[in-house]
Amino acid sequence: MSAATALAPQPSTTGFSFDNCQRNAALESSGMAVPKAVKTGTTICGIVFKDGVILGADTRATDGSTVASLNCQKIHYLAPNMYCCGAGTAADTEQTTKLISSNLELHSLNTGRQAPLSTALKMLAQMLFKYQGHISAALVLGGVDRLGPHIYSVHPHGSVDRLPYVTMGSGSLAAMAVFESRYRPNMELEEGKKLVRDAIAAGIFNDLGSGTNVDLCVITKDGAQMLRPYDVANVKGARQERYRFKRGTTAVLKTRLRKFDVQEEEVVSMDTSEASGSA
Amino acid sequence: MMWKIPEGGHSPLVFIKIPMFLCCGHLDFKHLTSTMDLMPLQASQPFDPSKYRYTGPNVQPRQLPNTRSQAPITTGTSVIGLQFDGGVMIAADKLGSYGSLARYQNIGRLMRVNDHVILGCTGDYADFQFLRDIIDQKMIDEECLDDGIVTRAPALHCWLTRVLYNRRSRFDPLWTTFVVGGLDDDGKPFLGFVDKLGTAYTAPQIVSGMGGHLATPLLREKMEGQPPLSEEAARELLIRCMTVCYYRDCRAFSKFQIATLKAGSIKIEDDLEVKGDWEVAHFSKEHA
Repeated sequence: MSAATALAPQPSTTGFSFDNCQRNAALESSGMAVPKAVKTGTTICGIVFKDGVILGADTRATDGSTVASLNCQKIHYLAPNMYCCGAGTAADTEQTTKLISSNLELHSLNTGRQAPLSTALKMLAQMLFKYQGHISAALVLGGVDRLGPHIYSVHPHGSVDRLPYVTMGSGSLAAMAVFESRYRPNMELEEGKKLVRDAIAAGIFNDLGSGTNVDLCVITKDGAQMLRPYDVANVKGARQERYRFKRGTTAVLKTRLRKFDVQEEEVVSMDTSEASGSA
Repeated sequence: MMWKIPEGGHSPLVFIKIPMFLCCGHLDFKHLTSTMDLMPLQASQPFDPSKYRYTGPNVQPRQLPNTRSQAPITTGTSVIGLQFDGGVMIAADKLGSYGSLARYQNIGRLMRVNDHVILGCTGDYADFQFLRDIIDQKMIDEECLDDGIVTRAPALHCWLTRVLYNRRSRFDPLWTTFVVGGLDDDGKPFLGFVDKLGTAYTAPQIVSGMGGHLATPLLREKMEGQPPLSEEAARELLIRCMTVCYYRDCRAFSKFQIATLKAGSIKIEDDLEVKGDWEVAHFSKEHA
């Protein structure tokens, strides 16, 4: 089952593998246009409240100074009891969380039990450290396992922090200001949701890299609830009128009605070859 | 070796002239020849001054303008200012950082200009002191003129903008950001920002320095679209912002000042301290 063949070589399980860097350099020198990384320029955050954790994120993806996506999803599924918000390069966060999510599923099938949060944390941190920060993924990992609710922040170089409230992304300072002034331990659900919503809103309205809507994910020991969007903070203005020209704006000088007799012809092809039919 | 005894013969010191190649670390004779040889090598050639220019180490061609201020040395961090109903309030902590060293822990970065203007300064403290002396002298001259015209906040803000922009245009900036507060000619609160490039604007809440990223969202959330704050609410909001800045700014300090200006009075409270809540330390244990 796991025999490494020449047709499907297995990636090396030890050491760092930068094989693709050589391939990329060769492609670039041969004239291929290097695809630009779409950064997320984000506000993401997470808190621990009385019964679990609440994760929050904005929904804007930026490509330089253009908004690439108005409503992208930054809260990624890892396991039924764990979700991960990602800031940094959109592809990196998406693929990293997908990979770790698959590995977590395999791990829990192998062990026969729900993986604790520290398993996902170790997998993420070790992978990001292995790539020495070249994978630009800053993550807020949150979930509830048999040991209780946890929130962790993972930085692109692989360092981790366990804290009751964390923020990441370009809007992290604005969101952290809201947390530092209003967070207290053991909050109720509605108060927690409002605090996370206000922190993301501070990022949306005060940081140019974050915008549009607020997504929330509430995880308790009973399961996870994804609220997307929780708050539509920026609604595109509705047009006040119809801006089409009314019939008659251009004066009609002459009207002539012509009726055409339309004869429809339908061609049906019949299979008249000897091959059809039973011999 | 030449012995050179000073005239008078009573000095106990003796000057010993040692050839330079014995005391220099490197053997570079090129500059020795041009400085020490006062006579041209070929006496028959006409005198050429270009042969006698010093070409040794540490020669910088003087092509660029004099650019003294390239980096701030002793710096102050954020200044937070906001308008309230009937006046303005500005707060700043009392730290002068020497890079990452918290060196001077009792310096005032707020200034009472005259009865109508207060200002706070972020950035290089020496540049602030320089401008402070100039502003003080301006106020003395104004009092001596005694013509009934007083400098109000918009005027000082405009003057500061011109001074700072002029300095930056000469590539010799005063590495400071000012927050100027007062009442304008109509008696309405005025709060203005000027930075080292001469960028200037006015707003109901102004934060300079790192606090701009931390305190601005908090101030805007409480003030935008709301009626003007009362003085107590403004003071409480300012103290909350200073607390958040103390938690999250590496160059902040717990002791701070608040200057309040209302029609007819200026009050500078000096001995305020952020009460930090460090209970969160219990949460960040080593992860399992």
